[in-house]
Amino acid sequence: MPETSGSPLPEPIPITLKINGSSHSIEVRPWSTLLDVLRDHIHLTDTKIGCDHGQCGACTILLNGQRINSCLSLAVMHNGDEITTIGGIADCENLHPLQQAFIKHDALQCGYCTPGQICSAIGLVSEGHAKSREDIRELMSGNLCRCGAYTNIVDAIEEVMRSESSTT
Amino acid sequence: MPTKHIGQPYDRSDARDKVLGRATYTAEHLVPDLLHGHVISSKIACGRITHLNTDHALKIPGVIAVLSHKTDFKTARFDLSYKDMDSPPGSPFRPFSTPEVKFAMQPIALVVAESTELARYAARLVEVTYEVDPHNTDLMGSLSESKAGKGLRAGVESPSNRGDFRAAYNKSEVQTSSDYLHPSQHHNPMEMHASIVHYHDEKSLTIYDKTQGVKNSQHYVTMAFGLRKKNVRVLSPFVGGAFGSGLRPQYQLFLATLAALELKRSVKVQLTRPQMFSFGHRPKTHQTVSLGASRDGKINAIFHHAVGETSRFEDYIENVATWAAKLYDAENVEQQYRIVPLDTYTPLDMRAPGGASGLYALECAMDELATELKMDPLDLRLKNYSEEDPSAGKPFSSKALKECFAQGSTRFGWDSRHQRTDTPYGKHRGSGMATGIWDALQFPTRAAATLASDLKLEIRIATADIGTGTYTIMKQIAAEELGLPTESVDAKLGDTDFPFAFIQGGSATAASVGSAVRKACRKVQKQLLKEAGKMKNSPFQHADIDDVVFEDGLLKRKDDPQMQTSLKQIFADRDIDQIDKKCTWTPNLLKQRKYSMNTHSAVFVEVEVDADVGFVSVERVVVAVAAGRILNPKTARSQILGGVVWGISMALHEESYMDNSLGRFINHDFANYHIPVNADIKDIEVIFVEEDDTVVNPLGVKGLGEIGLVGVPAAVANAVFDATGKRVRELPITPDKLFAEP
Repeated sequence: MPETSGSPLPEPIPITLKINGSSHSIEVRPWSTLLDVLRDHIHLTDTKIGCDHGQCGACTILLNGQRINSCLSLAVMHNGDEITTIGGIADCENLHPLQQAFIKHDALQCGYCTPGQICSAIGLVSEGHAKSREDIRELMSGNLCRCGAYTNIVDAIEEVMRSESSTT
Repeated sequence: MPTKHIGQPYDRSDARDKVLGRATYTAEHLVPDLLHGHVISSKIACGRITHLNTDHALKIPGVIAVLSHKTDFKTARFDLSYKDMDSPPGSPFRPFSTPEVKFAMQPIALVVAESTELARYAARLVEVTYEVDPHNTDLMGSLSESKAGKGLRAGVESPSNRGDFRAAYNKSEVQTSSDYLHPSQHHNPMEMHASIVHYHDEKSLTIYDKTQGVKNSQHYVTMAFGLRKKNVRVLSPFVGGAFGSGLRPQYQLFLATLAALELKRSVKVQLTRPQMFSFGHRPKTHQTVSLGASRDGKINAIFHHAVGETSRFEDYIENVATWAAKLYDAENVEQQYRIVPLDTYTPLDMRAPGGASGLYALECAMDELATELKMDPLDLRLKNYSEEDPSAGKPFSSKALKECFAQGSTRFGWDSRHQRTDTPYGKHRGSGMATGIWDALQFPTRAAATLASDLKLEIRIATADIGTGTYTIMKQIAAEELGLPTESVDAKLGDTDFPFAFIQGGSATAASVGSAVRKACRKVQKQLLKEAGKMKNSPFQHADIDDVVFEDGLLKRKDDPQMQTSLKQIFADRDIDQIDKKCTWTPNLLKQRKYSMNTHSAVFVEVEVDADVGFVSVERVVVAVAAGRILNPKTARSQILGGVVWGISMALHEESYMDNSLGRFINHDFANYHIPVNADIKDIEVIFVEEDDTVVNPLGVKGLGEIGLVGVPAAVANAVFDATGKRVRELPITPDKLFAEP
């Protein structure tokens, strides 16, 4: 049902987000999701929107090192938090091993889900639960890929996981 | 032909931008003072808007306007102006032209505000009342109302007949006949449809649109709004998937353009995921396939009848019932294809349109016949294999399907496949196979090439790369032709300022765009040779283009490779900055008319069915593909992998569920519209059986976008039957159907 009248708009609240190492002080209304703030307010469009309902994982970012769906979190809840998007993964022009592996294994086609896939994979590796291809498949199942690059995505993640476990 | 670059497994050339998050998709282009539009969708399927109150919405500070059928705007009067390159026959839907509602979730208003959140909020304050008319969205209840799908569409042919099916079928020793059904499906690329219209003045716009053809969007906008092509530039450098959804300009383009022109401001309109279910879709299709054969498996009668849905305002048609006559050499074939107009939006080509639907039914029917004959399904295909295209009475330009069967079955271990166990409980393995076929389409395409004196080469075509690898193969072909490293080549696309390309679809782009790139580069070659001939003491004075090669930045004589000059030297000596060439490539129709041109595949699938819960898992897929020459085995393999995932999805997951009482697809989000997740996809092996095809085009390329998909749904369904003994003839094969009593 439509609301009969517009209630007064909620007032903007000042917050500071630390995104990829840079501090952003902005005013946001409490209704803005972290995803909308990243894309529309700060114009960091490297994080993608695929459903806005936590059903596809395209908006996956790392919040204080943990992977989350940024569309399911309100920006005002994250004053002072460390946010890493795909744009903050590489060390300047040196790609992160997962970024390299995604290129090598052609773990992407249209590329739209890729930022979320890679952020999710970084989260997965640091969580340390995945021990097998089957685990990777299961624990990457929050990130949809409509182009169907799944087997290549698993190849890429598995390669990075193996090389990390052999060096540690 | 040299193959220094063509045929090499180069990394996708835009992959670096994509893994860095630097690829800019449609809704992400920075445009100053941008307004945001939110679409309000109709809650009824059929009727008219009687009342639309925007007062509350407009009171919100920051809400600029609410546009609807009540807005007094001027667009073209006649239907013809709203036709695009992929329009089926009929009257295209014209948003906001009347208060009439023709389908559920029809866009009925656009709220424009300073931010997306405001627009979305204000949309909830718009009050709409409707007068509701009865609707009909029930295909199965309306089969008797079907009509012939008439009219012309690129790539669509009429089903052909030969012999006398009925008489031959009645006399056949073995007869099988079954009905098959698959539901509507929606493309759902990960990137939702969006358009940004950058308003310069009332006559000139720069538009970012999610599309598979910028020229198509430009054509549509200029025709509908009475603008001139030179003043409307459309860009789409990166497309986050499309699978057909971007073949026609979708309504967000019309709405964003309308709002920009009305408000004299730049406007962005991005659809929501539920609204991705509000336009074109793969039509639900009901099919009957009857096969008549002799005891030894020779098929002499084939009947394939398909009825698909369309809208009330356009007659969408696709190639559903054309494949049997091409694949099998039966003497008596009857094929029919009919459509039923319903109160939905017009269906739209979705990856392997018609082929995915038709081959599902046909190749399941083949399996049913094999079962009836107690014959190996592969042997049945081989017994009825046709070297020529019996539907056209022509040879194929190339057809390595037999080799696909051989390599695929060996790799899969078809002869030693798991045998079914007849226990009602536990996990059961089963294997199935199917044949795939698709057309090797191509369209006239233009290209521009600029070679600068520092040997940087730029190729420009107004085509699209929807994740298919077009950028990558453009670079490879250009590098090959001019003997340059791929790093020296810049491929540009997705911009109406570039030369014409048809919409990217039908697996036609690699062949069409690739051939145009080759031709443009050959014109650059000729110019280089001409200039080289004018150099002092030139060994190339009277050389013909066939007497020389371009390699490693050098021009060499074939008869004496020591006679060479660097390309840089040519530019320096002749004092030229760059060479610009444009060309138009057209398929050699004179040569091609004597042949049928198709791609083929053989698909082998192993499933595991948990008989206790009815859960199907596709454990293993081997697909062998014959599609001419492979330009890049890495990106080509990915295309086929994606096609296989789509096939698995069609067999087991996808369904746009039409609630006929509401007249609406009710599962319109990713929680309820199931596509495979990572855990659903296990081992997929891709084999390319290369064909040396000199007819299709000089590159020998046939296209890969659809052939990876077409055979898979039937192969999965056949494997499920092998595992369970249960033939589910309605997709997707879900546990409820596996448990249902026959």
